[in-house]
Amino acid sequence: MYLRFRNSVLAIAMLELLAACDREKSNPRGQPLAETIPSTSPETIFPGGSRPSTLDPRATDYEQNAFAIAQGQELFGAMNCVGCHAHGGGGMGPALMDAQWRYGGRVDQIAESIAKGRPNGMPAWEGKLTDRQIWELAAYVRSLSGQAPKDAVGSRADELSNTPPQTQTKREPVVPSDSAQQ
Amino acid sequence: MNRRVLIVIGTVTCLSGCSGIQTTLGNSGVDDSSFIRLFATFLIVCAVMYLLVVAALAGALANRRRLLTVEDGTHHESSPWIRWALITWAALIVVGLAGLTVASFFTDRAAAARAEKPQFTVKIIANQWWWDIIYRTPDVSQIVHTANELHLPVGVEAEVTLQSNDVVHSFWVPNLAGKQDLTPGRTTDVQLLPTRIGLYRGQCAEFCGIQHANMALVVKVESKDEFLRWVAEQRRPAFAPTTPLELAGYRYFTTRECSSCHNIAGTPANGQVGPDLTHVASRRTIAAGAMPMNSGNLFGWVADPQSQKPGNKMPTIGLDPNELHAVVAYLQRLK
Repeated sequence: MYLRFRNSVLAIAMLELLAACDREKSNPRGQPLAETIPSTSPETIFPGGSRPSTLDPRATDYEQNAFAIAQGQELFGAMNCVGCHAHGGGGMGPALMDAQWRYGGRVDQIAESIAKGRPNGMPAWEGKLTDRQIWELAAYVRSLSGQAPKDAVGSRADELSNTPPQTQTKREPVVPSDSAQQ
Repeated sequence: MNRRVLIVIGTVTCLSGCSGIQTTLGNSGVDDSSFIRLFATFLIVCAVMYLLVVAALAGALANRRRLLTVEDGTHHESSPWIRWALITWAALIVVGLAGLTVASFFTDRAAAARAEKPQFTVKIIANQWWWDIIYRTPDVSQIVHTANELHLPVGVEAEVTLQSNDVVHSFWVPNLAGKQDLTPGRTTDVQLLPTRIGLYRGQCAEFCGIQHANMALVVKVESKDEFLRWVAEQRRPAFAPTTPLELAGYRYFTTRECSSCHNIAGTPANGQVGPDLTHVASRRTIAAGAMPMNSGNLFGWVADPQSQKPGNKMPTIGLDPNELHAVVAYLQRLK
C-alpha cells in the first residue's frame, strides 16, 4: 500500500516536471503591440563606446524557445539574409557563426542591428518585419554560433547543408564588440 | 431476402445522390469517372458475395439438424451438391479477387498515364498553408500568378506540376481526380481533365501542420471563353488606387511589412514569400479557403490574422485603425 502510494506520488511529480517544459511553447498571437526593439546601443557602433545596458528580460523568451528559433530560421531564408550572410558562414556580409560580433552578440543587440541596420550594407528591417519577427530572427542568428540551448535548436537545417546540425554546433565565446573591430 | 436486396438498392441510390463541391462521387472529371466505375465494380462484386454468404447462412439455419438425430460415432456423408456448391464458391472467390485486382490495376494505370499533349501547364507550389498557382507560358510576360483559386477550362487536359516549399502536402480535388503528394525537393504531376462546369473544392490531404484543415483550394471549371477572359483579367497589372484612402493603403502596403512578403504586380510590392495579391479581391476566399472573401472577413484578417487562422505565417502587425481602413480599402480595389 505504502509502495503504491509512493509510486503514484512519483508519477505525479514526473508529470509536473513535464508541465514545466516550455522550450517549445508557441504563442503565435503573442503580444505584438507591446513589443519593442530595445534601443540599447547606438554607442556600441563606435569603438570605446559605453557599456550596453542590462539584458532585456524578454530576451530569454526568444533565444531559448524552440518555436522562436524555428520561425527565425524560416525568416532567415525567406527574407534573403542568406544572400549576404550565407547560412551563417558569411560572404558579402559578416559571418554569423563565429565568435566575433561587431555590434554586440547579445540577442537584444542582434535584434537592434537587424531593426536599425548597420553601415556597409545591412538594411534596417524595422517597419518591414514586425518586432516579434525581428526578435525571432535574432534568436536564430544567435543560435548559429551555438549560443542557444541544444534542446531548443533544430536537429536539421532547412537548407541543404554539409555541416553538422545545430545540435552539434560548438558553442563559440562571445567576443566583446570592440575587440572584433579592425 | 427481398428486404436485403431493397436495402442494397436503396444504399446505391443514395450514393448516386451524392453531389457537392467536394465529393469523389461527383463525376466531374475523367479520372473521377473511372474511379466511380471502379467503385461500382467493387460494390457490385462485394454485394453479390455478401448476399451469397447470407443466403448460405440462412439456408444452414433453416435446414439444421435436430439435436436428437445426431448419434455418437455416426459418420454423415455430405450430399454431392454441397461439394459442388463449395467448389463453385471457391471458384467465385478466385475469379472475384482476380477481377477486382485487374480492374484496379487498369484504373490506376489510366490515372497515372501522362497526357499525350497537355494543352497547358499549371504549376502549383504548396506552402504552409496555402497554394501558389502559376499558369506557365513560353512568354514570361504572359505568366499568370495567383493563389488558392485554380481556374480550368472544361474539356481541356491540364498538366498540373506540383512542388512543395516546406513539408509534404497532398493535392486533392476529389471531384476531378485522385490525390497526388507534393514532396519537398521533388516535382510530381497530375493530369486534370474536367468534364463538367462547376465550382469545386480541393483540400490538402496530407497532414502538414497546425492549419492543415484550413488549406483549401477553390477550383472553378468554366467554359473556354470564360477561362480566356479570366486569364486576360489576371494578366493585367493591379489597378492603381483612386481615392485618398486607397492611396494611403497603397503607400502603407508598398513601404511597410506587407510588401516584405506579398507581391502586387505593377507596384513596388514584390515580396515572394506570401500569396500574390495582384487580383486578391477577385478571389472567392481569404487565407486558402479559410473564410469567404467579404469586407468583414478582410478587415478581420488584416487586423489580426493570428486569431482568424492561428499559427499561420502572416504575423499580426497591429495596424492602427486608420492604417487598417486604408489597407483594406486598397486591397478591395485589387479586383
